[in-house]
Amino acid sequence: MVKYDKKTLERMIDGDLTWEELKPIISGTKDPDRFDKIIEILQEKVSWDEKIILPIHEHLHIVSKDGKRIVKCDCGYEFGDYKENWKKKCRIRVRDTAEELEEFYPKYMSSDPDWMELREYFCPGCFTLLDTEAVPPGYPTIFNFLPDIDAFYKEWLGRKAPDR
Amino acid sequence: MNNKPIGWNGKTLMKMLEESEKYIKETKSYYGIDKLKLKEEDPFKYERAFASLRGALVSARETALHVAASPIVKEIGELCFALYTPEGDSIVVSTGILVHVHTMSEAVKFMVKEDYEQDPGINPGDIFLNNDPECGNVHTTDVQTLIPIFWKEELIGWAGGVTHQIDSGGITPGHDLVSAIQRFDDGTYYTCRKIGSNDKIWKDHMINARRSVRTPFYWELDEKCRLAGDLMIRDAVLEFIEREGIEYYKQFIREVIEEGRRIFQERVKERLIPGRYRAAAFFDIPMKEEAWQPRAKIDKVSNQPLEIIIKNDGSMLLSFDGASGPGPNPMNCAKGAMEGGQWVLLTQVLIYGDKVNDGAYFAVDTDYPIGTWCNPGDSSLSYQSPWGNLIPAYTGMMKCLSYGLYSRGYREEIVPGYGFTGDAIQGGGIYSAGPLKGQRWSLSTFEISGQGLGASGVKDGLDWGYAMWNPEADLGDVETWELFQGGIPYLSRRVKPNTPGHGKYRGGANYEGVAMIANSKEVDFFGARDGYCFHGSGGMHGGYPHATGYRLYAKKTNMQEIIQNQKEYPLGDPDPSNGEFEKLLEGDIVRKKYCTIYPIILENNDVIYYALSGGPGYGDPLERKVESVKQDLDNGIYTNDLVINIYGVVAEYKEEMGEWIIDEMGTEILREEIRAERKNKSLTFDDYWEQERWKITEDMLSEPVKRMYSESLRLSTKWRKEFLEFWRLPEDFQLEVK
Repeated sequence: MVKYDKKTLERMIDGDLTWEELKPIISGTKDPDRFDKIIEILQEKVSWDEKIILPIHEHLHIVSKDGKRIVKCDCGYEFGDYKENWKKKCRIRVRDTAEELEEFYPKYMSSDPDWMELREYFCPGCFTLLDTEAVPPGYPTIFNFLPDIDAFYKEWLGRKAPDR
Repeated sequence: MNNKPIGWNGKTLMKMLEESEKYIKETKSYYGIDKLKLKEEDPFKYERAFASLRGALVSARETALHVAASPIVKEIGELCFALYTPEGDSIVVSTGILVHVHTMSEAVKFMVKEDYEQDPGINPGDIFLNNDPECGNVHTTDVQTLIPIFWKEELIGWAGGVTHQIDSGGITPGHDLVSAIQRFDDGTYYTCRKIGSNDKIWKDHMINARRSVRTPFYWELDEKCRLAGDLMIRDAVLEFIEREGIEYYKQFIREVIEEGRRIFQERVKERLIPGRYRAAAFFDIPMKEEAWQPRAKIDKVSNQPLEIIIKNDGSMLLSFDGASGPGPNPMNCAKGAMEGGQWVLLTQVLIYGDKVNDGAYFAVDTDYPIGTWCNPGDSSLSYQSPWGNLIPAYTGMMKCLSYGLYSRGYREEIVPGYGFTGDAIQGGGIYSAGPLKGQRWSLSTFEISGQGLGASGVKDGLDWGYAMWNPEADLGDVETWELFQGGIPYLSRRVKPNTPGHGKYRGGANYEGVAMIANSKEVDFFGARDGYCFHGSGGMHGGYPHATGYRLYAKKTNMQEIIQNQKEYPLGDPDPSNGEFEKLLEGDIVRKKYCTIYPIILENNDVIYYALSGGPGYGDPLERKVESVKQDLDNGIYTNDLVINIYGVVAEYKEEMGEWIIDEMGTEILREEIRAERKNKSLTFDDYWEQERWKITEDMLSEPVKRMYSESLRLSTKWRKEFLEFWRLPEDFQLEVK
């Protein structure tokens, strides 16, 4: 069974592996204990105590708090019930003028704001950019991912979720 | 007319297909197979059997393209082969443009359902040709040759090969015809037609085919190439049966597909999380100014919303419910092409490696709603360039699967998307001088096979090296392209700055090219790529979409004078706001914000520009390592003016050292300032919601956007309900498009 030590996985997450180190991990058989090791690594990186149940997004985790499953940022900001779209708690900037788009793209190389705008979703706690949406004006906010946590633990991992 | 059924045990093919479909519906397993008996009894024999067939197909492909093939097929391997069951399910595939493996499957099923067994008959040695998207293809320039394989009097399978043609005789020269708006513009159609018998292509067919396209020599070469490969596969299958026995073969092909289905579900359980995933992708279709035909003068955004449900058993439901409608444009996409796109990407993200076949197709339930761009159900429409919808649409699938891969910890497998395989510059002309005077040349560079791939969760995306429809993408050698597009020699190719999507890990980068018309007459030129909209579903986890394309060309230039006096000429367009074309050329210079244009006529000395696509980024750009940004600056991937704004990196170019030097303290301060700006310039969700809703209710949406919404709201009850609920709009809400 393939296994990688925590240090290697930590370096991989941080983008520190060389191509020679990374290539075999991409090409090879996957390590079945990856999920548990990544959670250990992520848990060690945060300063709060709630148990991570599922990493859901870069910087965001579904954690167990007071018997409830909520989305929580690395910085400690709490977005509430994981079944609600966490983006509804974000601070949002909408780039819907050519001037604002051309801060990030050369002229001619970004969308026309009449056709498409660029939304930036920030964590209200640390103002890390959590997500972007390139969508026509008026497009409903997208709910990226709603996991079935209990089915995952019970039926795929063969054990109860940590909070059950 | 055949009276004796050619299926197994005295059954007709139609009966066999009905049974196969019934089994999968009722038992969820392929042909109702419960146990993989052959594998369990003798796994070595089983694996050796699979490897021998797989090897035969790879060998057929490699040999066939050297037997006879057009330059495009030979240079970058624009072909693939597959072996099918009698009902049309793929058993084993070669390498190559695998997007077509499942499309050919649909072509076989079309023939079975239309009872070709009775009329026109399916006999040993028959040859069938198909390029009709409505019955299993992507567009008319993908041409398939299928031959039946018989053992004694029973049909035991089909060998199929597909190649991509430079031209199929459509409304203009080219392979993705922007100006096609109805079936009758798409070029010559072969709807699963018998074109030969006794292993020989009929003379009348070849005479007709040669007269139906602009590149008859290439067409004929590729017909021979595909048939050669098919015959090699047939020989290999018959040798296999001689060696292993017919009963083993019959059981083996069922088990291998069932194993493929199980592998898919196991891989899903290994890599993903059960649940609901969503993404939305888009493509701009700006035809109002461009179209010649009055009814095609429509600007539109194509809506490509995707929902994936991963079920507890590891199976998948994929739905494009909410997609906008088809239209008088070439980007309508038939269901079979959508299934091909889905399949080829799943082979890259989840089921690469062992037992790649239609088993994965059977593990996925799909919903391509009838009446939308992804299943128009109207064969009178044009299907000449469905890639315009298919390619961006499936970035959504990559992104959805990547959400699962992230949660599971397999961040190295994340791919949020890819660049559009454009700028697909096309056209052609006639040599007006030189040894080929009077002959036609075609512009169909397949440099488009080298696009930027999206960043992963641990590294930057692949530069200039990816095409979603071919897992072995290869942009070929420029010298080869110049051989058959000699009327438009290259003046330059170089890295195009600022193409990759920004992020902690940036998307793949790409390059630009300049070319000039020479020694030619009657030159048509057109191209296609995203322009008004960012491509696909954009970046992931804080990454940004990659840059859009645009159109640039110059007519009536002074290139002859420049060449005679050895003066400087444009080598690219590194800064579109301060262009080299404008600085160095005299003539009529045209710049368009959008990139998809109808054909224009070019003359000698006219100069064209094209830029290939970057890939989307991953993660917050402020988390990108400063040394990586320095490397981007040193390599000309990004320019300093943008690096300051988005990466918050302060750097200065040291002429004497020939490199950028980072101001670390300045960078730290600037990054803090950007975080503060994020706070100051962002809105709460409630304020954002009010602002966006106001755009809808106060008629602030542009016509192409309103057209998109009006179609999606009309075509899907579910999408409409969610849209109205999200914006709290009345039930009778309508968007009027004037």
